Amino acid sequence: MVYMQNVRKVYESSNTVALDNVSLTIEDGEFVFLVGPSGSGKTTLMKLITGEVRPTSGKVVVNDFDMGTIKRRKLPKMRRTLGVVFQDYRLIENMNVYDNVAFAMRVVGAPNSEIKTRVPYILELVGLEGREKRMPGELSGGEQQRVGIARALVNSPRMIVADEPTGNLDPARSLELMLLLEKINEMGTTVVVVTHEKELVNAFSKRVITIDCGEKTGDSVEGGYYDL
Amino acid sequence: MRLGYLTREGFRSITTHSFMSFATVTIIVACLIIMGSVSLLSLNINKLIKELEAQNEIVVFVDEAIGDEAAARDLQRNIEAVDNVASAEFVSRTQAMENFMGKYDASLMEGIDEDVFRHRFIIHLNDIAYMSQTKMELEAIRGVAKVNAHLDYAQNFVMIRNVVSIVSLVLIVMLVFVSFFIMSNTIKLATFGRREEIAIMKMVGATNAFIRLPFVVEGLILGMMGGSIAFLAEWGIYNLVSGRLVGSITGTLLNVIPFRQYALPVFIIYMGVGILVGAFGGVNAIRNYLKV
Ligand SMILES: Nc1ncnc2c1ncn2[C@@H]1O[C@H](COP(=O)(O)OP(=O)(O)OP(=O)(O)O)[C@@H](O)[C@H]1O
Ligand SMILES: [Mg+2]
Repeated sequence: MVYMQNVRKVYESSNTVALDNVSLTIEDGEFVFLVGPSGSGKTTLMKLITGEVRPTSGKVVVNDFDMGTIKRRKLPKMRRTLGVVFQDYRLIENMNVYDNVAFAMRVVGAPNSEIKTRVPYILELVGLEGREKRMPGELSGGEQQRVGIARALVNSPRMIVADEPTGNLDPARSLELMLLLEKINEMGTTVVVVTHEKELVNAFSKRVITIDCGEKTGDSVEGGYYDL
Repeated sequence: MRLGYLTREGFRSITTHSFMSFATVTIIVACLIIMGSVSLLSLNINKLIKELEAQNEIVVFVDEAIGDEAAARDLQRNIEAVDNVASAEFVSRTQAMENFMGKYDASLMEGIDEDVFRHRFIIHLNDIAYMSQTKMELEAIRGVAKVNAHLDYAQNFVMIRNVVSIVSLVLIVMLVFVSFFIMSNTIKLATFGRREEIAIMKMVGATNAFIRLPFVVEGLILGMMGGSIAFLAEWGIYNLVSGRLVGSITGTLLNVIPFRQYALPVFIIYMGVGILVGAFGGVNAIRNYLKV
């Protein structure tokens, strides 16, 4: 769940107003595309959700945590309710597929027995069965991003946030990946996806939030169409 | 948090970043050996100087007018009353002659009357730095005919002693700073390649303590490796060098402290410094990456 009210974010260092007066609500179980031109503030909005940046003013609530006032030492607890997917996958190069996913469970202190049953299940879910022993460098871009999604998913987060997850993939791979995210959403996880790809957005009939120059310019609740 | 995870992580990162681990251990070893060698050298020099100082005695000759041995012995109290006198040993003229004859060919001494020798006191000082002042005070005692003291020797010893302690202290302090600097930078370099890993851990919701711990464990392991390698190397080097020295300058006063005598403190200090530097280096190196 994301709740934003009159959110403003100013980067002091570049004296940029990245977001201004943004209000929106994303309920549990929704699938939302976040679209907008380059530099419009999409990544900034995602970083407000993950707690990487704090709002200059306004209210941001994510999975019941108030992100404007959350204590530093509470951040880990908050982040365990999120799964983050990156455009550049961010896999650990010297760990194989299995360990890249198991790593996410180990660092939150999950017991070994649970890791042993959960990781194979998730790898199968994202279509990576049989690839466990491969190193990231031995995978295609699409496969690497599936590892990224598996890692985001493995700790059963309430919400997955993905900033241009298909940015480095060809259209066919992108579509496959989006279908996977849709499947994950259907299993009950909230999904927020930032993307540039108009065709991709239009291929799905989902809610589309548009931002331009830091302001929310559109929010089509269902069957959204992205046309900029 | 399980111990298995930590040690596995520690060793995994040591082996996967084997070059940086190697560099870190090497630098810890090098710094420890340099520091240890300087300390051991200065300990040896100090000991040598102490021994030489101990041989540097003052001889106080009793006035011939006091022929009677008992009367001469009475001077002991007056001599010991002088501040800097550590010990005063009475040697009668008979003993002095016997000692002399023991040292040299007895035939030389035939016909020499023991009266030629004076009663005397062999004096050791607390601090030879004040030898000239003490000499004057001794000369002022009634019944003392003459005081023999090697003032120039004493001055040289004092100077050498001061130079050695100052130089080694300065060197050790400098080395401690330099090695901390180099070591923490090496570990920083070693962790630079792990920014990504740390960023991912933060995103997944790992606590700072959890992220830090493997680095601390890694630092500890590297520090202990460095400490023990340095200890063994120091042992070898010390024995090699002292063997050479003793072998080449036989029959001199040179008497090197056996390594055994310092093995335990050297080991404890090496391990302690290794562990501290490793652990703090590990924590310090990732501090900046934890702020996200
Ligand atoms: N860390 C930062 N410090 C200063 N300015 C920043 C920072 N991050 C972003 N900005 C500025 O804020 C504005 C919004 O950036 P943001 O990254 O949110 O855009 P975006 O919509 O994600 O763009 P893109 O589609 O290119 O990824 C831009 O003008 C950018 O230059
Ligand atoms: Mg962006």
